[in-house]
Amino acid sequence: MTRRGEAVLWIAQRASAAVLALCVLVHLVTIVYAMRGGLSGAEILARTRGNAAWLAFYSVFVVAVSVHAPIGLRAVLREWAGWRGRSRDVLLGLFAFFLLAIGLRAAWAVFG
Amino acid sequence: MSSTLHVRVWRGPQPGAFQRFDVPRAPSQTILDVVTYIQRVLDPTLAYRFACRVGMCGSCAMTVNGVPRWTCRTHVDKVAQAGELEIAPLRNLPPIRDLVVDMREFFDKWTRAEGRFKGATTKQSDFARVAPDSEKRRDADAGIECIGCGVCYSACDVVAWNSDYLGPAALNRAWTLVQDERDAARVERLQAVAGDAGCHACHTHVSCTERCPKNISPTASIAGLKRAVLKAALEGEL
Amino acid sequence: MKQHASYWVAIVHRISGIALAVFLPFHFWTLGNALQLDAFLAWSRQPLVVFGEWLIVVALAAHLGAGLRVLALELLPWRDWQKSLAAAAAAATFTVGLAFALAL
Repeated sequence: MTRRGEAVLWIAQRASAAVLALCVLVHLVTIVYAMRGGLSGAEILARTRGNAAWLAFYSVFVVAVSVHAPIGLRAVLREWAGWRGRSRDVLLGLFAFFLLAIGLRAAWAVFG
Repeated sequence: MSSTLHVRVWRGPQPGAFQRFDVPRAPSQTILDVVTYIQRVLDPTLAYRFACRVGMCGSCAMTVNGVPRWTCRTHVDKVAQAGELEIAPLRNLPPIRDLVVDMREFFDKWTRAEGRFKGATTKQSDFARVAPDSEKRRDADAGIECIGCGVCYSACDVVAWNSDYLGPAALNRAWTLVQDERDAARVERLQAVAGDAGCHACHTHVSCTERCPKNISPTASIAGLKRAVLKAALEGEL
Repeated sequence: MKQHASYWVAIVHRISGIALAVFLPFHFWTLGNALQLDAFLAWSRQPLVVFGEWLIVVALAAHLGAGLRVLALELLPWRDWQKSLAAAAAAATFTVGLAFALAL
Protein backbone atom coordinates (compact mmCIF):
# COMPACT_ATOMS: atom_id res chain seq x y z
CA MET A 1 0.00 0.00 0.00
CA THR A 2 1.20 3.51 -0.74
CA ARG A 3 2.17 6.02 1.94
CA ARG A 4 -0.84 8.08 1.00
CA GLY A 5 -3.08 5.02 1.27
CA GLU A 6 -1.77 4.26 4.74
CA ALA A 7 -2.30 7.88 5.78
CA VAL A 8 -5.90 7.63 4.52
CA LEU A 9 -6.41 4.49 6.63
CA TRP A 10 -5.13 6.34 9.68
CA ILE A 11 -7.53 9.21 9.00
CA ALA A 12 -10.46 6.82 8.48
CA GLN A 13 -9.62 5.08 11.74
CA ARG A 14 -9.64 8.32 13.75
CA ALA A 15 -12.77 9.64 11.99
CA SER A 16 -14.67 6.39 12.61
CA ALA A 17 -13.41 6.45 16.21
CA ALA A 18 -14.95 9.88 16.73
CA VAL A 19 -18.29 8.68 15.30
CA LEU A 20 -18.12 5.52 17.43
CA ALA A 21 -17.40 7.50 20.60
CA LEU A 22 -20.83 9.10 20.24
CA CYS A 23 -22.58 5.92 19.10
CA VAL A 24 -21.10 3.85 21.92
CA LEU A 25 -22.10 6.38 24.57
CA VAL A 26 -25.68 6.38 23.29
CA HIS A 27 -25.63 2.57 23.04
CA LEU A 28 -24.31 2.07 26.59
CA VAL A 29 -26.87 4.44 28.06
CA THR A 30 -29.64 2.74 26.07
CA ILE A 31 -28.63 -0.76 27.15
CA VAL A 32 -28.29 0.18 30.84
CA TYR A 33 -31.70 1.90 30.61
CA ALA A 34 -33.29 -1.17 29.01
CA MET A 35 -31.78 -3.49 31.62
CA ARG A 36 -32.78 -1.39 34.61
CA GLY A 37 -36.26 -1.14 33.16
CA GLY A 38 -36.28 -4.93 32.82
CA LEU A 39 -37.55 -4.58 29.26
CA SER A 40 -38.59 -7.80 27.56
CA GLY A 41 -37.79 -8.67 23.96
CA ALA A 42 -41.24 -7.58 22.84
CA GLU A 43 -40.93 -4.27 24.69
CA ILE A 44 -37.53 -3.53 23.15
CA LEU A 45 -38.75 -4.39 19.68
CA ALA A 46 -41.89 -2.31 20.21
CA ARG A 47 -39.63 0.71 20.58
CA THR A 48 -37.39 -0.04 17.60
CA ARG A 49 -39.94 -1.40 15.12
CA GLY A 50 -40.84 1.17 12.50
CA ASN A 51 -38.59 3.73 14.17
CA ALA A 52 -36.57 5.38 11.41
CA ALA A 53 -34.40 7.23 13.92
CA TRP A 54 -33.14 3.99 15.49
CA LEU A 55 -32.58 2.50 12.02
CA ALA A 56 -30.54 5.53 10.99
CA PHE A 57 -28.58 5.47 14.23
CA TYR A 58 -27.74 1.77 14.05
CA SER A 59 -26.88 2.01 10.35
CA VAL A 60 -24.35 4.75 11.04
CA PHE A 61 -23.06 2.69 13.97
CA VAL A 62 -22.60 -0.38 11.76
CA VAL A 63 -20.82 1.53 8.99
CA ALA A 64 -18.43 3.11 11.48
CA VAL A 65 -17.69 -0.30 13.06
CA SER A 66 -17.10 -1.86 9.62
CA VAL A 67 -14.43 0.76 8.96
CA HIS A 68 -12.89 0.84 12.44
CA ALA A 69 -12.54 -2.84 13.40
CA PRO A 70 -10.67 -4.08 10.29
CA ILE A 71 -8.22 -1.16 10.32
CA GLY A 72 -7.58 -1.79 14.00
CA LEU A 73 -6.93 -5.48 13.35
CA ARG A 74 -4.56 -4.58 10.50
CA ALA A 75 -1.90 -3.28 12.88
CA VAL A 76 -2.43 -6.19 15.30
CA LEU A 77 -2.01 -8.77 12.53
CA ARG A 78 1.17 -7.12 11.33
CA GLU A 79 2.77 -6.58 14.72
CA TRP A 80 1.65 -9.68 16.61
CA ALA A 81 1.18 -12.23 13.82
CA GLY A 82 3.85 -10.92 11.44
CA TRP A 83 1.32 -10.81 8.61
CA ARG A 84 1.96 -8.12 6.00
CA GLY A 85 1.14 -7.41 2.40
CA ARG A 86 -1.76 -7.74 0.07
CA SER A 87 -3.30 -10.96 1.45
CA ARG A 88 -3.81 -9.41 4.86
CA ASP A 89 -5.51 -6.35 3.34
CA VAL A 90 -7.74 -8.54 1.15
CA LEU A 91 -8.89 -10.58 4.15
CA LEU A 92 -9.59 -7.45 6.19
CA GLY A 93 -11.52 -5.96 3.27
CA LEU A 94 -13.67 -9.10 3.21
CA PHE A 95 -14.13 -8.86 6.99
CA ALA A 96 -15.27 -5.25 6.56
CA PHE A 97 -17.90 -6.25 4.03
CA PHE A 98 -18.98 -9.17 6.20
CA LEU A 99 -19.49 -6.88 9.22
CA LEU A 100 -21.36 -4.39 7.07
CA ALA A 101 -23.66 -7.09 5.69
CA ILE A 102 -24.63 -8.80 8.93
CA GLY A 103 -24.64 -5.50 10.82
CA LEU A 104 -27.10 -3.84 8.45
CA ARG A 105 -29.13 -7.07 8.49
CA ALA A 106 -29.34 -6.79 12.28
CA ALA A 107 -30.32 -3.09 12.13
CA TRP A 108 -33.00 -3.93 9.60
CA ALA A 109 -34.24 -6.87 11.67
CA VAL A 110 -35.00 -4.72 14.70
CA PHE A 111 -36.55 -2.08 12.48
CA GLY A 112 -38.59 -4.23 10.13
CA MET B 1 22.04 -2.82 52.77
CA SER B 2 24.52 -5.47 51.71
CA SER B 3 28.10 -4.58 50.91
CA THR B 4 28.22 -6.82 47.84
CA LEU B 5 26.27 -6.53 44.62
CA HIS B 6 25.21 -9.70 42.83
CA VAL B 7 25.46 -8.78 39.18
CA ARG B 8 24.33 -10.80 36.18
CA VAL B 9 25.96 -9.59 32.97
CA TRP B 10 25.03 -10.74 29.48
CA ARG B 11 27.90 -12.41 27.62
CA GLY B 12 27.39 -13.00 23.92
CA PRO B 13 27.37 -14.33 21.30
CA GLN B 14 29.23 -17.03 23.30
CA PRO B 15 27.99 -18.41 25.59
CA GLY B 16 24.81 -16.35 24.99
CA ALA B 17 23.91 -16.31 28.67
CA PHE B 18 24.19 -14.25 31.82
CA GLN B 19 27.39 -14.53 33.84
CA ARG B 20 27.42 -13.82 37.58
CA PHE B 21 29.85 -11.47 39.25
CA ASP B 22 30.12 -10.21 42.82
CA VAL B 23 31.03 -6.54 42.96
CA PRO B 24 31.81 -4.57 46.14
CA ARG B 25 29.34 -1.79 46.82
CA ALA B 26 30.63 1.79 47.05
CA PRO B 27 29.02 5.16 47.85
CA SER B 28 27.49 7.04 44.88
CA GLN B 29 28.26 4.06 42.68
CA THR B 30 26.83 4.04 39.17
CA ILE B 31 26.09 1.06 36.93
CA LEU B 32 28.97 2.15 34.71
CA ASP B 33 31.23 1.96 37.77
CA VAL B 34 30.04 -1.61 38.27
CA VAL B 35 30.70 -2.62 34.65
CA THR B 36 34.09 -0.91 34.73
CA TYR B 37 35.03 -2.74 37.93
CA ILE B 38 34.09 -6.09 36.38
CA GLN B 39 36.15 -5.44 33.25
CA ARG B 40 39.22 -4.07 35.06
CA VAL B 41 39.34 -6.38 38.06
CA LEU B 42 37.32 -9.53 37.40
CA ASP B 43 37.13 -10.26 33.66
CA PRO B 44 39.11 -8.24 31.10
CA THR B 45 37.30 -9.92 28.21
CA LEU B 46 34.03 -8.06 28.93
CA ALA B 47 33.15 -5.72 26.03
CA TYR B 48 31.18 -2.53 26.67
CA ARG B 49 30.92 1.06 25.39
CA PHE B 50 31.40 4.33 27.19
CA ALA B 51 32.99 7.71 26.50
CA CYS B 52 32.30 10.81 28.57
CA ARG B 53 31.15 9.07 31.81
CA VAL B 54 29.19 12.20 32.74
CA GLY B 55 25.85 11.95 30.94
CA MET B 56 26.60 13.94 27.79
CA CYS B 57 27.39 11.47 25.03
CA GLY B 58 24.89 8.63 25.45
CA SER B 59 27.44 5.93 24.56
CA CYS B 60 26.99 3.92 27.77
CA ALA B 61 23.31 3.08 27.26
CA MET B 62 22.47 -0.50 28.32
CA THR B 63 19.51 -2.45 29.67
CA VAL B 64 19.58 -2.34 33.47
CA ASN B 65 17.09 -4.61 35.27
CA GLY B 66 15.02 -4.67 32.10
CA VAL B 67 15.00 -0.91 31.50
CA PRO B 68 17.19 0.97 28.96
CA ARG B 69 19.27 3.60 30.74
CA TRP B 70 22.49 5.59 30.63
CA THR B 71 24.65 3.53 32.95
CA CYS B 72 26.84 6.50 33.93
CA ARG B 73 23.77 8.36 35.20
CA THR B 74 22.09 5.43 36.92
CA HIS B 75 22.98 5.12 40.58
CA VAL B 76 23.11 1.60 41.92
CA ASP B 77 21.06 2.67 44.95
CA LYS B 78 18.19 3.62 42.66
CA VAL B 79 17.88 0.32 40.79
CA ALA B 80 19.51 -2.46 42.79
CA GLN B 81 16.64 -4.02 44.65
CA ALA B 82 18.18 -6.13 47.39
CA GLY B 83 21.61 -5.82 45.84
CA GLU B 84 20.66 -7.64 42.60
CA LEU B 85 21.54 -6.25 39.19
CA GLU B 86 20.97 -7.53 35.68
CA ILE B 87 22.92 -5.79 32.90
CA ALA B 88 22.23 -6.59 29.26
CA PRO B 89 22.80 -4.90 25.88
CA LEU B 90 20.18 -2.51 24.46
CA ARG B 91 17.06 -4.20 23.10
CA ASN B 92 16.01 -3.96 19.43
CA LEU B 93 19.56 -3.65 18.08
CA PRO B 94 21.77 -6.51 16.86
CA PRO B 95 24.40 -7.38 19.49
CA ILE B 96 28.05 -7.37 18.48
CA ARG B 97 29.58 -8.73 21.67
CA ASP B 98 28.55 -8.74 25.33
CA LEU B 99 27.09 -5.31 26.08
CA VAL B 100 27.93 -3.73 22.72
CA VAL B 101 25.26 -3.38 20.01
CA ASP B 102 25.39 -2.44 16.33
CA MET B 103 23.91 1.05 16.03
CA ARG B 104 23.92 1.21 12.23
CA GLU B 105 20.23 0.40 11.74
CA PHE B 106 19.33 3.10 14.27
CA PHE B 107 21.12 5.72 12.19
CA ASP B 108 20.02 4.26 8.84
CA LYS B 109 16.43 4.83 9.92
CA TRP B 110 17.34 8.42 10.76
CA THR B 111 18.36 8.82 7.12
CA ARG B 112 15.22 7.05 5.87
CA ALA B 113 13.10 9.48 7.86
CA GLU B 114 14.81 12.34 5.98
CA GLY B 115 16.25 13.41 9.30
CA ARG B 116 18.63 15.97 7.84
CA PHE B 117 18.29 19.62 7.09
CA LYS B 118 17.87 20.80 3.50
CA GLY B 119 18.33 24.52 3.00
CA ALA B 120 17.16 26.68 0.12
CA THR B 121 19.56 29.60 0.52
CA THR B 122 23.19 30.29 -0.38
CA LYS B 123 26.17 31.96 1.28
CA GLN B 124 25.11 35.20 -0.35
CA SER B 125 21.66 35.18 1.30
CA ASP B 126 20.87 37.14 4.42
CA PHE B 127 20.43 35.30 7.75
CA ALA B 128 17.08 33.68 8.33
CA ARG B 129 15.05 35.45 10.99
CA VAL B 130 13.38 32.88 13.24
CA ALA B 131 11.42 34.10 16.25
CA PRO B 132 12.57 31.88 19.15
CA ASP B 133 9.17 32.01 20.86
CA SER B 134 7.13 31.14 17.78
CA GLU B 135 5.12 27.95 18.17
CA LYS B 136 7.05 26.16 15.43
CA ARG B 137 10.41 27.08 16.91
CA ARG B 138 9.34 26.02 20.40
CA ASP B 139 8.19 22.66 18.97
CA ALA B 140 11.55 22.21 17.25
CA ASP B 141 13.52 23.28 20.31
CA ALA B 142 11.68 20.72 22.43
CA GLY B 143 13.20 17.95 20.36
CA ILE B 144 16.58 19.10 19.10
CA GLU B 145 18.64 18.08 22.14
CA CYS B 146 18.57 14.43 21.05
CA ILE B 147 22.08 12.93 21.00
CA GLY B 148 21.15 9.64 19.38
CA CYS B 149 21.79 7.39 22.38
CA GLY B 150 19.23 4.74 21.35
CA VAL B 151 17.42 4.47 24.68
CA CYS B 152 14.04 5.43 23.19
CA TYR B 153 14.55 3.01 20.30
CA SER B 154 15.24 0.23 22.77
CA ALA B 155 12.26 1.12 24.92
CA CYS B 156 9.84 1.11 22.00
CA ASP B 157 7.52 -1.91 21.69
CA VAL B 158 6.57 -1.08 18.10
CA VAL B 159 10.25 -1.20 17.10
CA ALA B 160 10.35 -4.65 18.70
CA TRP B 161 7.17 -5.76 16.88
CA ASN B 162 7.81 -4.16 13.46
CA SER B 163 11.36 -4.20 12.13
CA ASP B 164 10.53 -1.55 9.50
CA TYR B 165 9.34 1.01 12.04
CA LEU B 166 11.58 4.08 11.86
CA GLY B 167 11.40 4.56 15.62
CA PRO B 168 11.05 7.45 18.03
CA ALA B 169 14.46 9.10 17.56
CA ALA B 170 14.34 9.28 13.76
CA LEU B 171 10.75 10.52 13.81
CA ASN B 172 11.51 13.06 16.53
CA ARG B 173 14.36 14.43 14.41
CA ALA B 174 12.11 14.59 11.35
CA TRP B 175 9.58 16.61 13.36
CA THR B 176 12.17 19.15 14.47
CA LEU B 177 12.96 19.71 10.79
CA VAL B 178 9.31 19.87 9.72
CA GLN B 179 8.94 22.67 12.28
CA ASP B 180 12.11 24.39 11.10
CA GLU B 181 10.90 27.21 8.90
CA ARG B 182 14.27 27.37 7.10
CA ASP B 183 13.94 23.79 5.85
CA ALA B 184 12.94 23.32 2.22
CA ALA B 185 12.17 19.59 2.13
CA ARG B 186 8.91 19.50 4.09
CA VAL B 187 6.79 17.49 1.66
CA GLU B 188 9.48 14.87 0.98
CA ARG B 189 9.99 14.50 4.69
CA LEU B 190 6.26 14.07 5.38
CA GLN B 191 6.13 11.41 2.67
CA ALA B 192 9.11 9.68 4.27
CA VAL B 193 7.55 9.57 7.74
CA ALA B 194 3.99 8.64 6.74
CA GLY B 195 2.72 5.08 6.72
CA ASP B 196 3.11 1.75 8.48
CA ALA B 197 6.86 2.18 8.91
CA GLY B 198 6.48 5.75 10.06
CA CYS B 199 4.50 7.93 12.41
CA HIS B 200 1.21 6.07 11.86
CA ALA B 201 2.61 2.98 13.52
CA CYS B 202 3.10 4.76 16.84
CA HIS B 203 0.52 3.43 19.30
CA THR B 204 1.25 5.97 22.06
CA HIS B 205 2.73 3.57 24.58
CA VAL B 206 4.86 6.62 25.52
CA SER B 207 7.74 4.38 26.57
CA CYS B 208 10.16 6.55 24.62
CA THR B 209 9.16 9.68 26.51
CA GLU B 210 9.21 7.76 29.78
CA ARG B 211 12.82 6.62 29.26
CA CYS B 212 14.45 9.53 27.41
CA PRO B 213 17.34 10.74 29.59
CA LYS B 214 17.04 14.20 28.06
CA ASN B 215 13.32 14.52 28.80
CA ILE B 216 12.42 14.76 25.13
CA SER B 217 8.95 13.58 24.18
CA PRO B 218 9.12 11.67 20.89
CA THR B 219 5.44 10.84 21.42
CA ALA B 220 4.60 14.54 21.16
CA SER B 221 6.82 14.92 18.10
CA ILE B 222 5.24 11.91 16.42
CA ALA B 223 1.78 13.27 17.22
CA GLY B 224 2.87 16.47 15.50
CA LEU B 225 3.92 14.46 12.46
CA LYS B 226 0.54 12.71 12.41
CA ARG B 227 -1.21 16.07 12.36
CA ALA B 228 1.15 17.45 9.71
CA VAL B 229 0.58 14.40 7.49
CA LEU B 230 -3.19 14.71 8.00
CA LYS B 231 -3.05 18.33 6.87
CA ALA B 232 -0.84 17.50 3.88
CA ALA B 233 -3.12 14.64 2.85
CA LEU B 234 -6.23 16.81 3.07
CA GLU B 235 -4.52 19.53 1.03
CA GLY B 236 -3.44 17.03 -1.63
CA GLU B 237 0.27 17.47 -0.97
CA LEU B 238 0.98 13.87 0.01
CA MET C 1 9.89 -5.92 33.82
CA LYS C 2 7.72 -3.30 35.50
CA GLN C 3 5.90 -1.17 32.96
CA HIS C 4 4.44 2.32 33.20
CA ALA C 5 0.74 3.24 33.08
CA SER C 6 0.57 4.29 29.43
CA TYR C 7 1.93 0.92 28.36
CA TRP C 8 -0.88 -0.91 30.20
CA VAL C 9 -3.56 1.39 28.82
CA ALA C 10 -2.25 0.71 25.30
CA ILE C 11 -2.22 -3.06 25.87
CA VAL C 12 -5.75 -3.00 27.34
CA HIS C 13 -6.80 -0.94 24.33
CA ARG C 14 -5.45 -3.57 21.97
CA ILE C 15 -6.77 -6.63 23.84
CA SER C 16 -10.23 -5.10 24.28
CA GLY C 17 -10.26 -4.20 20.58
CA ILE C 18 -9.47 -7.78 19.59
CA ALA C 19 -12.16 -9.08 21.98
CA LEU C 20 -14.75 -6.71 20.53
CA ALA C 21 -13.80 -7.59 16.94
CA VAL C 22 -14.32 -11.28 17.79
CA PHE C 23 -17.58 -10.61 19.67
CA LEU C 24 -19.29 -8.32 17.16
CA PRO C 25 -20.04 -10.88 14.42
CA PHE C 26 -21.89 -12.99 17.03
CA HIS C 27 -23.70 -9.91 18.28
CA PHE C 28 -24.82 -8.87 14.79
CA TRP C 29 -25.85 -12.42 13.95
CA THR C 30 -28.04 -12.96 17.02
CA LEU C 31 -29.63 -9.51 16.63
CA GLY C 32 -30.34 -10.32 13.00
CA ASN C 33 -32.45 -13.22 14.24
CA ALA C 34 -34.62 -10.72 16.15
CA LEU C 35 -37.73 -12.86 15.81
CA GLN C 36 -36.29 -15.17 18.46
CA LEU C 37 -35.32 -12.29 20.77
CA ASP C 38 -37.25 -13.56 23.82
CA ALA C 39 -35.69 -17.01 23.59
CA PHE C 40 -32.27 -15.41 23.30
CA LEU C 41 -32.92 -13.12 26.27
CA ALA C 42 -33.96 -16.14 28.35
CA TRP C 43 -30.72 -17.92 27.44
CA SER C 44 -28.77 -14.82 28.26
CA ARG C 45 -29.89 -14.86 31.87
CA GLN C 46 -27.53 -17.75 32.65
CA PRO C 47 -24.83 -16.53 35.08
CA LEU C 48 -21.93 -17.32 32.78
CA VAL C 49 -23.54 -15.40 29.93
CA VAL C 50 -24.33 -12.48 32.23
CA PHE C 51 -20.69 -12.39 33.30
CA GLY C 52 -19.60 -12.56 29.67
CA GLU C 53 -21.87 -9.65 28.80
CA TRP C 54 -20.44 -7.64 31.68
CA LEU C 55 -16.90 -8.39 30.41
CA ILE C 56 -17.85 -7.21 26.92
CA VAL C 57 -19.33 -3.99 28.29
CA VAL C 58 -16.18 -3.39 30.34
CA ALA C 59 -14.09 -4.14 27.24
CA LEU C 60 -16.15 -1.62 25.29
CA ALA C 61 -15.79 1.04 27.97
CA ALA C 62 -12.05 0.35 28.28
CA HIS C 63 -11.58 0.54 24.52
CA LEU C 64 -13.54 3.79 24.35
CA GLY C 65 -11.66 5.36 27.27
CA ALA C 66 -8.27 4.33 25.93
CA GLY C 67 -9.31 5.43 22.44
CA LEU C 68 -10.30 8.90 23.63
CA ARG C 69 -6.86 9.07 25.22
CA VAL C 70 -5.24 8.26 21.83
CA LEU C 71 -7.34 10.92 20.10
CA ALA C 72 -6.36 13.49 22.74
CA LEU C 73 -2.65 12.62 22.52
CA GLU C 74 -2.63 12.74 18.73
CA LEU C 75 -4.86 15.65 17.91
CA LEU C 76 -4.67 18.14 20.76
CA PRO C 77 -1.70 20.46 21.30
CA TRP C 78 0.52 18.97 23.98
CA ARG C 79 0.22 20.03 27.57
CA ASP C 80 1.20 18.59 30.92
CA TRP C 81 -2.18 16.98 31.54
CA GLN C 82 -1.54 14.55 28.68
CA LYS C 83 0.13 12.32 31.26
CA SER C 84 -3.06 12.03 33.31
CA LEU C 85 -5.01 10.63 30.38
CA ALA C 86 -4.15 7.07 31.30
CA ALA C 87 -5.70 7.58 34.73
CA ALA C 88 -8.75 9.25 33.20
CA ALA C 89 -9.26 6.32 30.82
CA ALA C 90 -9.04 3.84 33.67
CA ALA C 91 -11.48 5.85 35.80
CA ALA C 92 -14.03 6.06 33.01
CA THR C 93 -13.81 2.32 32.38
CA PHE C 94 -14.28 1.54 36.05
CA THR C 95 -17.33 3.81 36.22
CA VAL C 96 -19.06 2.16 33.30
CA GLY C 97 -18.23 -1.33 34.57
CA LEU C 98 -19.72 -0.47 37.92
CA ALA C 99 -22.82 1.09 36.37
CA PHE C 100 -23.45 -1.97 34.29
CA ALA C 101 -22.89 -4.33 37.21
CA LEU C 102 -25.32 -2.34 39.33
CA ALA C 103 -27.89 -2.45 36.56
CA LEU C 104 -27.79 -6.23 36.50
